[in-house]
Amino acid sequence: MTDARLIQRLEPTGLRLAPSQVWGGMRLVPVLRDVVRGDLRMTLRTYDDVAAVVSVKGGLKEPGLKYVSYVPHGLVMTWAGRQAEAVYGAQLQPSDGKRLKAGPFSIRLMHRMVHREDRRQLRMLPLHLAMEGFLSLQFSGPEIAWSEYSREGLSRGLDPRSESSVPGWALPMLDGALRTFEIHPQQVGLLLFKADVLLSAFVVAHPEDYRALHRTLVEDFYGGLLLQYGFLGDVPALGLTLDASRVASLGDLRGEVNRMRQDWADFHGFMAGGLFGANVTSTGVYKAGGFLLQRFHTSLDPTEENHIGEAIVGTDGTLEYLKTYRLSSAQTRRAYLLSQLAESDWHLETAAERLRTTPQDLAVRLRNAGFGYLLKDSVLEAAQRKHRR
Amino acid sequence: MAALAEARVEQVAREDLVMFVNACFSCTGQREFYGDARGQSVSIEFLHQYILGNYRRLYARTLAAGINHFNQAQILLNLLASGSPVEARDKAEEGALIAAALRALPPQRAFRVLESLRSRRINNRRARAVARDYVKGRGNLAFDAVKYRAKLRAAVSHGHLKLEGELGPFLFHGWKKRVFTQPLLESFRRAHYAQEALYELPYTVAEGLAVKHGIPRDVFLQRIEPRLTAAERLRLQESSARERGTPPPVELGRASLTKLALYVLALPLESRRARQPELQAALEQAAARVLRKSPSRLGRVAAILDNSYSSSGSWEKRRRPLGVALATHYLLSSAAREYRAWWTGPVEDALLVSARGQTDIATPLLDALAWGADLVVIVSDGYDNDPPNAVAELTRVFRAKLDPRRRTALVHVNPVFDSEGYAPRSFGTAVPTVGVRDAEDVPTVLGFARFAEGAASLSELEAYLAARVEALLARDAQGRQGEAGASRDVAPAEEGES
Repeated sequence: MTDARLIQRLEPTGLRLAPSQVWGGMRLVPVLRDVVRGDLRMTLRTYDDVAAVVSVKGGLKEPGLKYVSYVPHGLVMTWAGRQAEAVYGAQLQPSDGKRLKAGPFSIRLMHRMVHREDRRQLRMLPLHLAMEGFLSLQFSGPEIAWSEYSREGLSRGLDPRSESSVPGWALPMLDGALRTFEIHPQQVGLLLFKADVLLSAFVVAHPEDYRALHRTLVEDFYGGLLLQYGFLGDVPALGLTLDASRVASLGDLRGEVNRMRQDWADFHGFMAGGLFGANVTSTGVYKAGGFLLQRFHTSLDPTEENHIGEAIVGTDGTLEYLKTYRLSSAQTRRAYLLSQLAESDWHLETAAERLRTTPQDLAVRLRNAGFGYLLKDSVLEAAQRKHRR
Repeated sequence: MAALAEARVEQVAREDLVMFVNACFSCTGQREFYGDARGQSVSIEFLHQYILGNYRRLYARTLAAGINHFNQAQILLNLLASGSPVEARDKAEEGALIAAALRALPPQRAFRVLESLRSRRINNRRARAVARDYVKGRGNLAFDAVKYRAKLRAAVSHGHLKLEGELGPFLFHGWKKRVFTQPLLESFRRAHYAQEALYELPYTVAEGLAVKHGIPRDVFLQRIEPRLTAAERLRLQESSARERGTPPPVELGRASLTKLALYVLALPLESRRARQPELQAALEQAAARVLRKSPSRLGRVAAILDNSYSSSGSWEKRRRPLGVALATHYLLSSAAREYRAWWTGPVEDALLVSARGQTDIATPLLDALAWGADLVVIVSDGYDNDPPNAVAELTRVFRAKLDPRRRTALVHVNPVFDSEGYAPRSFGTAVPTVGVRDAEDVPTVLGFARFAEGAASLSELEAYLAARVEALLARDAQGRQGEAGASRDVAPAEEGES
């Protein structure tokens, strides 16, 4: 039986969009929440280590599956009115994982992407949770030992699997955009567009939390599109007009301004159509009281825009937390190839038929996508010989 | 055809001048919330050169338009750098304007202009004469020689000026050489060796010497207190209270309105709440003083005041847009017969305002129009983002459909210069935009608004400027007569620095 809180279609329930603010090529769209429940709060926890090694399976210092990345900060969520009382000078944050010194640098070992620290407190690594889910898609590799696969591929699956992304501070424009952004009083989130392409969505439960987390967006990681349209120039500020013919009194004028607001919201909703209203595949990660933390990805169809992300949905179906990452087209293609292979039980010929191509071409495509290590050298060489001809 | 071209030429000239005067009201070449300092200075520099090259006479007359000190200094330097005009009448007027404007500047700014003559390598007969006349006209040159030593020395050496008495040796041979008979110069010499003499010097000079003698800051602040000027007292309120427990006594009501507003905004909310009656009285008193100087009677006035996050200004101009809005609030409330204010983010009391949130000007503007104001003054940096462009559209439709006879006057007062547009950012064509640096200038810029609207012709603008020139020259002549009558040995002047 599936949980009703698992997202099938991403709907911005309980949220509305306000007109965008533009800075250079960035367009930031505020997300507002009118009804704030106040029983789910997020705080920031910063890590100043060059890298973090998260044990996804197994203990902290034991061999097992690890997720390695640069993690500048994590989020600590508390729910159901947990109150922290502190004395001046008290250490409020418990030590998180273990820090190893490596010369002038330090590396942090952490236990799991999501770690319960107290009865009603959870530490999570934002976006890394979604990225870890994306990396582990079809991670176990071929289930049937078809003769084309290499010994390594059969025994270890896709391990090690890696993807690259761009940190927010790679684009100084993003910092300027966040600095000059005027945060609304009821604002709980932000949609981030670069050259009018949706890059990321970030929503939390409480306006004060958002205000505290606003500037950390520059530390998060984004898809390659952040840099791809770097020289495209400024996005237009867009000005809607009022229809003078419908105005006969001040009341009409007020109505027209309200209609203008609604038009803005609708238009931004349309601009974010690749994410909101899209069908997603989600898996639950953690049940925290009435809240369900889950991660999801969109269809992974290379012809559409694709996002991965994580979300928290309350018992009444409101979206309490959302953070998404836009996959680049290469990342989408990799995921697509793997899902096609998995659906045809990793049988190269069946998969090639599904993709309307030959097994040799599929082998070359796999190698180009960075999965050459799954196949035997002889298979790859034969495929390449054929491909060259 | 020729008439058409002429009309177009006149329109271009008028628009250029209005743009320039507006820029001169607001721009100071410093960093703003949205624009960086480099862009600001490049933009204003270009405007100066453009107007100087095309409309020289009007460029000089702009000195009298009530523009801010930064741009007055720029105009003075640019005029002196480009030689004197050919026509004798222009020459005389320009010379008189330069002298009067220089004398009207606060001394530190005037001396800075003279110092810049050297760094910009401007050294012609006129520039030397201007420097000579200014230095000769100073009331207490010994005081200037101590307080503005480097600047005065630069002016004297660059302009080949002769100084009387001990001042020449003091500036050029060094104060170590001899004993002075002039008491202030002697104090300055002694202050290098004896701590006691230090407390007879101006605060800014004594401050460095106190560090040299290793005097504890709290002792220094306590003993230098009688020598502090009003601006220094206001500036030292908080840091002095931190250092020695008590701030120097200051009569808040005598401070300039915008400075006082900025001081209030720098206080934490609790102390603003605790000192509410005192601060409010001081602001009202300061506003009343401004109105005594430039009286303006207004009818039913509504003010739309922007306290969005962008009004927090920049590192260099902290909270200035918000400070101007707050000061304008008090100014209009005492100038108007009926007055109501709307902040973009509602506040319980104007004193407790802070820069937060988005810019929604459309909603308060609609409220103000519904209230039935004669005059609506919008104080904002011109960036409305909730929704964008709403004010421009709203005012356009309001003018076209609801108020074609212009019963309600709309004015946008903008304290921020937009370097990309070479002017303060405007809300479309239906609202005239005027720049402003201090709220004290608001009565002046309200008078200027009809030119920004495009309703008045070029000749009217020229007449307006000519009238202001006459007023400035008359004020200057009066001041000089008064000065000649008064005793020459005046106490250290109270110097504003804005």
